[in-house]
Amino acid sequence: MNLIPAREIATQETPRKLRITVLRHNPSEPDITPYLQTFEVEEGEGTTLFIALNEIREQQDASLQFDFVCRAGVCGSCAMIINGKPALACRTLTRDLPDHVQLAPLPGFELIGDLSVNTGKWMRHMAERVQTWLHRAEETISLDALEERQDPDLAEKIYELERCIECGCCVAACGTAQMRPDFVGAVGLLQLARFKLDPRDTREDADYYQVIGDESGVFGCMTLLGCEDVCPKELPLAQQIAYMRRQMALIK
Amino acid sequence: MEIVHTDALIIGGGLAGLRTAIGVRRRGFDAIVLSLVPAKRSHSATAQGGMQASLGNSVKGQGDNEDVHFLDTVRGSDWGADQEVVRMFVHTAPKAVRELAAWGVPWNRVRAGDRHSVVDGKSVTLKEAEGTHGLIDARNFGGTAKWRTCYVSDGTGHSLLYTMSNQAIAEQIPVHERMEALSLIHEDGRCCGAVVRNLATGQLLVYIAKAVAIATGGCGRLYRTTTNAVINEGMGAAMALETGIASLGNMEAVQFHPTAIVPSGILVTEGCRGDGGLLLDVDGNRFMAEYEPEKKELASRDVVSRWMEHHIRNGKGVKSRFGDHLWLDIRLLGKEHITTRLREVNEICHYFLGIDPVEKLIPVRPAQHYSMGGVRTDHTGQSPQLRGLFAVGEAACWDMHGFNRLGGNSLAETVVGGMIVGEYMADFIESSSADFRFSAGVVQQAVAAQQKLLSSFTGSENPVRIIEDMRSIMSEKVGIYRTGEALREAVTQLQSLLQRAKHIGVKSSARGANPELVSAYRSGSMLKLALCIAQGALQREESRGAHFRADFPMRNDRDWLCRTLATWEDPEQMAPTLRYEPLDVMRMELPPGWRGYGAKERIEHPHTAQRQAEVEAARAQDKNRYELQRELMPFEHLLPESLRGKNARFQEEPV
Repeated sequence: MNLIPAREIATQETPRKLRITVLRHNPSEPDITPYLQTFEVEEGEGTTLFIALNEIREQQDASLQFDFVCRAGVCGSCAMIINGKPALACRTLTRDLPDHVQLAPLPGFELIGDLSVNTGKWMRHMAERVQTWLHRAEETISLDALEERQDPDLAEKIYELERCIECGCCVAACGTAQMRPDFVGAVGLLQLARFKLDPRDTREDADYYQVIGDESGVFGCMTLLGCEDVCPKELPLAQQIAYMRRQMALIK
Repeated sequence: MEIVHTDALIIGGGLAGLRTAIGVRRRGFDAIVLSLVPAKRSHSATAQGGMQASLGNSVKGQGDNEDVHFLDTVRGSDWGADQEVVRMFVHTAPKAVRELAAWGVPWNRVRAGDRHSVVDGKSVTLKEAEGTHGLIDARNFGGTAKWRTCYVSDGTGHSLLYTMSNQAIAEQIPVHERMEALSLIHEDGRCCGAVVRNLATGQLLVYIAKAVAIATGGCGRLYRTTTNAVINEGMGAAMALETGIASLGNMEAVQFHPTAIVPSGILVTEGCRGDGGLLLDVDGNRFMAEYEPEKKELASRDVVSRWMEHHIRNGKGVKSRFGDHLWLDIRLLGKEHITTRLREVNEICHYFLGIDPVEKLIPVRPAQHYSMGGVRTDHTGQSPQLRGLFAVGEAACWDMHGFNRLGGNSLAETVVGGMIVGEYMADFIESSSADFRFSAGVVQQAVAAQQKLLSSFTGSENPVRIIEDMRSIMSEKVGIYRTGEALREAVTQLQSLLQRAKHIGVKSSARGANPELVSAYRSGSMLKLALCIAQGALQREESRGAHFRADFPMRNDRDWLCRTLATWEDPEQMAPTLRYEPLDVMRMELPPGWRGYGAKERIEHPHTAQRQAEVEAARAQDKNRYELQRELMPFEHLLPESLRGKNARFQEEPV
């Protein structure tokens, strides 16, 4: 007890030099074709891609674009392709990566510049389309009365499906989403599964069928399961998509 | 120049801004939300532990009500809070939790029967009453007499923000993302819009609105070590300050959270200690039990953070290459609890520390966490100096936190504040629509001023260096332990940075997004805010809540029972103008006293004894709690009518 974890005091004789290659493009400079640029960064103890990219921007290239907000793996801003796989950059420790790191923006989203993509616009569109809010029977809520009771287990199950942070990794890893820009994605299907689980939501299966009962919805999924492989919150995406598909298949 | 017209312009897409927008929208007015980032990525999402509301469902919450929540909050504030606003807040908090439940938030619920828990380092079994099964549960937090913090695992902020944001989408409220308000447009003492920059394209636009709300959160990024998200640079408060008219309240009141992990500063929730976690020193000793025999780890945050720093100074910290730290021990809570109720903490430990908190201790040290200060408002959320300008949430000094905020009261404030301010903003729009006007000249001037600023960066100073230097000064000299000497140095050094900031050069001429340019135009504003904090701390020669002066260690109600107001009238001035707004002891429901933890010695206000006698005489009468409260400090008339109803509770007789 009370020892510093061995990893933290293990002194490396010479810190690693990381080579970080970024796929760069600024759509407001359309004349410049996308290119790869490599930066060198010295690795420190506990260096994350958040730390490394900020260091590059502060010391080497002030124009480099990327998005971080919480830098704690909670807000979903910093998803990017890291050595070929979508992941959250802020909580990726460089010690888990090889000497050469390749970064690219998430595919499937509008590019803002370099590693910054417009997931916000995509997610808002998805939310409007599948209506990711509780559809209650009654319009007015009494704020003074005792709250409606809910089964404690059910509340926990709902939270389980509500942990999605809309980072976009599942969309970037999805074969269908890359071919069909209108595909609602694992993110959209999971969110609907959340409301379907909630007995207070008045929508029937037929209503859900209206929004996801076709190829742009639950029948577009090819069960490649890239979404589940990369989900940083380890959400049960495959299971929920299968469940929604079964329910929708029973409609007609 | 693109001009966007709306009734209400809400700057900030976190919980406070979204709830305000929903309130305005439901009254039939247009509202547009501006946000630096997609709304669901706002800093509200990172709140873990929960939201205080006196529902009193759980066995450890029984007997709780607004009165108890009120006392805890005022004591927590070290009597710096506006007690009427605290009353408005505690009255509305249960309504906020219940509204969110109805909108879908899956609050953890009470499970009738035996409940295993850890209290004061010991494993205990509590029994939840049969009749409370399925009602909203609560966990323990610091500085509270009851278990009052409603929670959704330790992702409460995430769950709330998603529910709120989806509700705003349902109500068709547009959120203009990646937009940064640069300055407020105002004429004849009325705010009428903002000059805004599109962060993705670099384009400037104008928003004209009948009322504007600042809901931009805190300013933790003025410090080097902070739990705050990278977007929390205080630009909303700075923009209000730069009007030269609106004032900022109590900027020196800065909270340091006891348990930020070392070295990244990422927060692990107070829920760790609320659920039974302990703080240990280098010898494995539970030191808080010695400093605070009554509340131990669960004294208020200012007190716990101060003792932690004190203990480290006494050589009891754990040495590491990142400096000294202490340990947070949640091993005694067990794997089941950690992987369900503290799962974000569990993830953070694995990803950022490479440790399993079920087996290992978590290295922690206090870090900047919250700004009690902000844009000074009246009880309706409106600036007393600039009509039509509202502020809500952490960006505001509505003033329910005084000099120290209780854990769980900030999520609650965002939603409660939004519910109240949204109504008052709608009232303002309704009553003042007819006389709303703005002149083209004023708008042009405001735009021209920003264009001039944006094209002025032709000097040689590096904005990133300036901001880094500012952060070091703030962390080293305007932190937990403050002295006149260090604060004087801080002010001088910040002023020299402000001078240097006039000669910034921007190398990148990238069209569209230009992160270097953003640092450049923000640096001067951030420095002004930093100066409000440092100068306010220097002048306040007492210790109150989170503001601790080693050279004036006592709370001094005689001379300092007042709120600091900072203004910046002339853009060229090098320090804020500070004035002080007294708090009236004779109108306090809870006259100044000891908090129940922390220092006992203080310098009394001359009116305290008299007011204390009045309050005691009132309490001696045979009155129910509502009648007594009304006699001591009526507040219901300050609330919007729709929020005045009494809150029902399990097992509380209606009066």
